[in-house]
Order: sequence, then C-alpha cells, then structure tokens
Amino acid sequence: MSSPQSARQVLDRHYLEMRSRILDLAASLDRIAVATDDGTVANDPRLAKLNSGLKILLSLDVSDRAEQVQMLFSDAYVPNWLKK
Amino acid sequence: MYFIDPHVHMISRTTDDYERMTRMGCVAISEPAFWAGYDRGSVESFRDYFRQLTEFEPTRAGWSGIQHFTWLCINAKEAENIELSREVIKMIPEFLDRPNVLGIGEIGLNKNTMNESTIFQEHMELALRFNQLILIHTPHLQDKYKGTHMIVDMLRADSRIQPHRVLVDHVEEHTVRLAKDHGFWCAMTLYPTTKCTPARAADIIERFGDDRIMVNSAGDWGPSNPLAVPDFIQEMRKRGHSEEKIKKVVYDNPIQFFSQSKNFKFKPPQVTYGPA
Repeated sequence: MSSPQSARQVLDRHYLEMRSRILDLAASLDRIAVATDDGTVANDPRLAKLNSGLKILLSLDVSDRAEQVQMLFSDAYVPNWLKK
Repeated sequence: MYFIDPHVHMISRTTDDYERMTRMGCVAISEPAFWAGYDRGSVESFRDYFRQLTEFEPTRAGWSGIQHFTWLCINAKEAENIELSREVIKMIPEFLDRPNVLGIGEIGLNKNTMNESTIFQEHMELALRFNQLILIHTPHLQDKYKGTHMIVDMLRADSRIQPHRVLVDHVEEHTVRLAKDHGFWCAMTLYPTTKCTPARAADIIERFGDDRIMVNSAGDWGPSNPLAVPDFIQEMRKRGHSEEKIKKVVYDNPIQFFSQSKNFKFKPPQVTYGPA
C-alpha cells in the first residue's frame, strides 16, 4: 500500500512543521553549547550519536532514514544467544 | 468511524476517558496486564489486580457502552523476581475462563535479561497448555531491536507456537519486519516521545502494508493519550486513504486476531444509516 499523497503535497503539508523541528534541534544544541560544562560533554557518546543521526538525515536518495536512525540508537543483537 | 483500541490500560484512566473514547467511536478495548508503577509484593496483589481486570473494569467500560477484554500475566519489569513470577503464573489459570479474558499478555522483555527470558518462556508454556492467544510487549528505546529479536528467537524455537496466534506489540520502523516476516500479528503504539506518532504509524502502514497490523494508544498512568487511535484515523484521512483501508487497521484487524479466542464474543454496534 503506497501513499496516496504526492511529494509536493507532503512537502506543502509538513514544511513548517519540519522547519520548526530543525529549529528545536538547533536551539537544543545551542543550549548545550552555552551551558556550563565540566569538560565531559564534548566526549559524551550520546552527543556523538546525535551527530551521527544528523548525518543520516542528510543522506541522499534514501527512503529509510527513520529506520536507520532507529538502528543507530539500538543495542546490538547477539545471534545465537538462546543456545548459550 | 468505529474503532477498537487493542491495547489500553484503562485501570489507570478515568471514567471520563471511557466516555470521551465512546464519543470518538470506540466500541471495544483490550487491556493487557502491566506494571503498576511499583513492584508488587505478593501473588495476592496480582489476584486482586486480575479480579479488577475481569470484574469491575468490564462493568465500568460498560457504563460507556464499551466492550472490555483483557490479558493476564506478570509483566517483564516484575519478571526479575522469578519466585513471585512463578507463583503468579501458577495462579493465572483461575482466571482464564472469565468471559473477557483473551489470553496471556502483555508478556515480553524489558531490559533483555536472562530472568526475563526465563519467565517469558514459562508464560509461553502456560499459553500453550491452555490454548491461549499471546500478546507481547517489546522493550523501549535502545533495548527494542535486540529485545524484539530475542523474543522472536524464543517464539520460533518452539515449534508448537502458531505465529497467527501471537501479537508482537510496540513495533516501530526497525522491528516491524521481524514480526511480520515471521507470520506474527503486530501493533504500533501511538505514544508521546518514546514510541510511534500517528504520522510515523501511517508511514509504516504505507511501507509495510495493512495486513496483520493494528494501532493502539497503550494509554496508561504515564504521559499518554487514550484518543490516539482517532488521531491515527485523522492522519490517514488527511493523506487520502479510503475509509475501508482505515477501518481495516482500526477495527477489522483487531476483530480478526481476537476472534481466535473463544472468549471474544464481540457485539458489533447496530447502526442504521440514511432516512428511516
């Protein structure tokens, strides 16, 4: 079952909402940047993950960015765990 | 449009919520047993909880014209306590013949520990022994992919499990295939911040199809919205999906899955459209 909407309709409908979410992200990153830091935040792995997530958003010609972001924030599965 | 919310913890919600759900078209709900926000201390606490789910809650739902069904288990968070879990599992059959009990659930994993896995498999055994449907909770956030995979491994390792009698809940973009590709039913939870939004759920339906899938609010005592299914209906309408397609996800699919339980004696709403 595909979407009945055209790409133009989706962009028209969601443009302001997407703009707002980018602004929210930008403001959150600014808040971290200007807040007092004991020097540990720059190396916090969560920040690295957020940066990797932003790179996924910039991927070209893909339609599974949401799934890629989900996997970025997921623990690794260990095959054969049940047999151990 | 009439809808069924196949996963909502009404014990945590007010009678006003039932009333608002009715006004939005809800005709039935199913309520899995879950975590109360604290670990219960004895099997008697669970016995009282199951009485509430099978006695008072259907009565309260009935005041608003909603049919109430339920699922019984000890949830994954409390499954770390193996001894208590086994006492609860031993007690559950007392309630399986109650008229609104659809099966065993929501069992599953929380932090993907070995104790949780042990109790999950003992719940599976219970369901098989009493020919019950199974409703499965999958973990949140970073634990979800690994936990869903582990759950599917345990289900597939037991040849007695019939995938069409199992519902894997809280699937998202990265776990929906794990459930659907192995023949299980699945559901998406429309929940603020930690699960799916109505728009993402609609994306998943468009990408993976509308067979063996449903949506629920999982409304509970935390930040949640028992009117989330109507939000999904509205999102699908805005995209131009047909009423028939939407009804399949929010009404027909839950009925098809639940109808495998002998206790699902659903009475469809009687409606006459047009001039008398």
